[in-house]
Amino acid sequence: MTRVYISRDMASVALGADELAATFRQAGCEVVRTGSRGLFSIEPLAEVEVDGVRIGYGPIAPGDVPAVLAGDHANRLGEVAALPFFAGQQRFTFARCGVTDPLSLADYAAHDGWRGLDAARAMAPQAVVDAVKASGLRGRGGAGFPTGIKWQTVLEAAGPTKFIVCNADEGDSGTFADRMLMEGDPFCLIEGMAIAAHAVGAGHGYIYIRSEYPFAIATMQEAIALSAQRVAPFTLEVRVGAGAYVCGEETALLDSIEGKRGQVRAKPPLPALSGLFGRPTVINNVLSLAAVPFILDAGAEAYAAVGFGRSRGTMPVQIAGNVKHGGLYEIGFGVTLGELVNGIGGGTASGKPVRAVQVGGPLGAYIPPSQFDLPFDYEAFAAAGALIGHAGITVFDEDADMARLARFAMEFCAVESCGKCTPCRIGSTRGIEILDRIIDARDGQAVKNAQERASGYLGKALNSRAPDRIDADIASQTALLHDLADTMKYGSLCALGGFTPYPVLSALDHFPEDFGAVQVAEELA
Amino acid sequence: MALSLDDKTAFVKDWTHQHGATRDKLLPLLHAVQHEAGHVDDALIPTIAQALNLSRADVHGVISFYHDFRRTAPARHVVKLCRAESCQARGGALIEAAAESRLGTRMGEARGDGHVALEPVYCLGLCAVGPNALVDGRPIARIDAAKLEWIAEEIAA
Repeated sequence: MTRVYISRDMASVALGADELAATFRQAGCEVVRTGSRGLFSIEPLAEVEVDGVRIGYGPIAPGDVPAVLAGDHANRLGEVAALPFFAGQQRFTFARCGVTDPLSLADYAAHDGWRGLDAARAMAPQAVVDAVKASGLRGRGGAGFPTGIKWQTVLEAAGPTKFIVCNADEGDSGTFADRMLMEGDPFCLIEGMAIAAHAVGAGHGYIYIRSEYPFAIATMQEAIALSAQRVAPFTLEVRVGAGAYVCGEETALLDSIEGKRGQVRAKPPLPALSGLFGRPTVINNVLSLAAVPFILDAGAEAYAAVGFGRSRGTMPVQIAGNVKHGGLYEIGFGVTLGELVNGIGGGTASGKPVRAVQVGGPLGAYIPPSQFDLPFDYEAFAAAGALIGHAGITVFDEDADMARLARFAMEFCAVESCGKCTPCRIGSTRGIEILDRIIDARDGQAVKNAQERASGYLGKALNSRAPDRIDADIASQTALLHDLADTMKYGSLCALGGFTPYPVLSALDHFPEDFGAVQVAEELA
Repeated sequence: MALSLDDKTAFVKDWTHQHGATRDKLLPLLHAVQHEAGHVDDALIPTIAQALNLSRADVHGVISFYHDFRRTAPARHVVKLCRAESCQARGGALIEAAAESRLGTRMGEARGDGHVALEPVYCLGLCAVGPNALVDGRPIARIDAAKLEWIAEEIAA
């Protein structure tokens, strides 16, 4: 019987992988559902096993199945792993994703699974923490805090009850690595959490997954049940979010698990000392925890040998948006943004020139092509006024209206603000109003009367000041926007309000013409 | 779907009996109620509060904080269309406008006949293949005019 491998990843299913799998089954094939390989321009993808070698075909539709089985379909790709997109990667964390059946314990064990956990359990907790420190692993959620130091704090914290919490509230647009890993290799995350539990002396763990990821939730729950014996006495459970972006902030996430509104806590105390239910808690991103099995198995040196400057190891970069070859590309730090966008991504899907890329989700800066020599490195990005975040790259072509994108950043912050601190809660709404005035002025429209602009509470808020008292020209509104951005950046409690100025100001700095700056220059001349 | 308040009350009691009645069970309980009854009825708040030993204000605060929890019955079909940056970069705004006119409702609202609602979602994690939507929980990618028509026919059936 011919064996065919087809992804069960949510993106693949959204493109029709289920229908494809059903057609192969009807044709008498044995279908193995795997995770996604991570290149979406070739999906839906089927890999047909011939003499022990998996030959890929994609993108294909159910109608293509006879030609694929005959071996003469035009979209024959050959061995998928040998494609340039995959040959250049360094897959430490995603080695199994797309290759194995995600819920097969036998597959997992046959592909080096559990070796990191076995190695860790043969070591003293301090030695495990030392290995993670030596690997140079930094938090992959965005902040880049050294994982080993966080674990050391929890290890040294007093108390019999400690928790491991996995932050799988991957809400940033342009990122999907957490989702792909949970759907494609869930045991890897479970193994990483079990290692963390051994290292710090925790007995129970939570995986907080956003509700927008139903496939990841189901896969993780099944994987937890299947591997319960293997990771015992450590126990795990999934908690499902409820559509609040701010719960990706670690302290809001802890409050959400505790059954409260997902509001940000003031720090200190650090979650490492007083986290979930007031207990010492390791809270790490999916990718940080999933990197740990490799580190314990292959050794800290093997992980640290790859990378750039103080950013060690690999980063699963996600190339998304208007890009020809979008997908997940795991590679050592130091690769430049241009290589990722133009080289690997192949430029825009629309064929138009790249105007800007946003790196790091809705709170990340917009970067113009003139800065595409920037190496992927926490410090290099920080120095350029940008952030790596969760390493999602969203590509925009020349049709992008940067002022509207800046307005969207403020709008998103207003929708998702937890409401605890004023700069974020009020500042984001004032930011929308300022950008509306700038866009109106840019488009040559007189300041609209507040009453005709919008009904609802935004309109009423604007109407609370007499419109004719608002100095609505572009220069003064731009100055006001800078002021507001400063207040939000330095006055907000967490990254939601604190980082919203990044996309806004980077758009303003790099693309002033979209904010009416040219007209201003002309008027002055 | 049309459960009576008594049914829902019994459901809450059974659920807490089975899964526990500590405060951290509030979100899982609300998810379970919504899964069972389609929405979280305001009339059920006192029961939930009592079951978990919380104040009614506390429960109300949590329900109103999270975008997912509905306080009124949903439309028969729900199309959740992504509005985040990656889908915007792939023409999401045009699809949103087309979806509004084809489905006959505005973003964030249900159609007058209660047949379909168009709701915003901020990222489904399918960012390389947008614009994306969840149609009654089913993920759909690379939405163009033809796929939108297909979605409209699916939910009309």
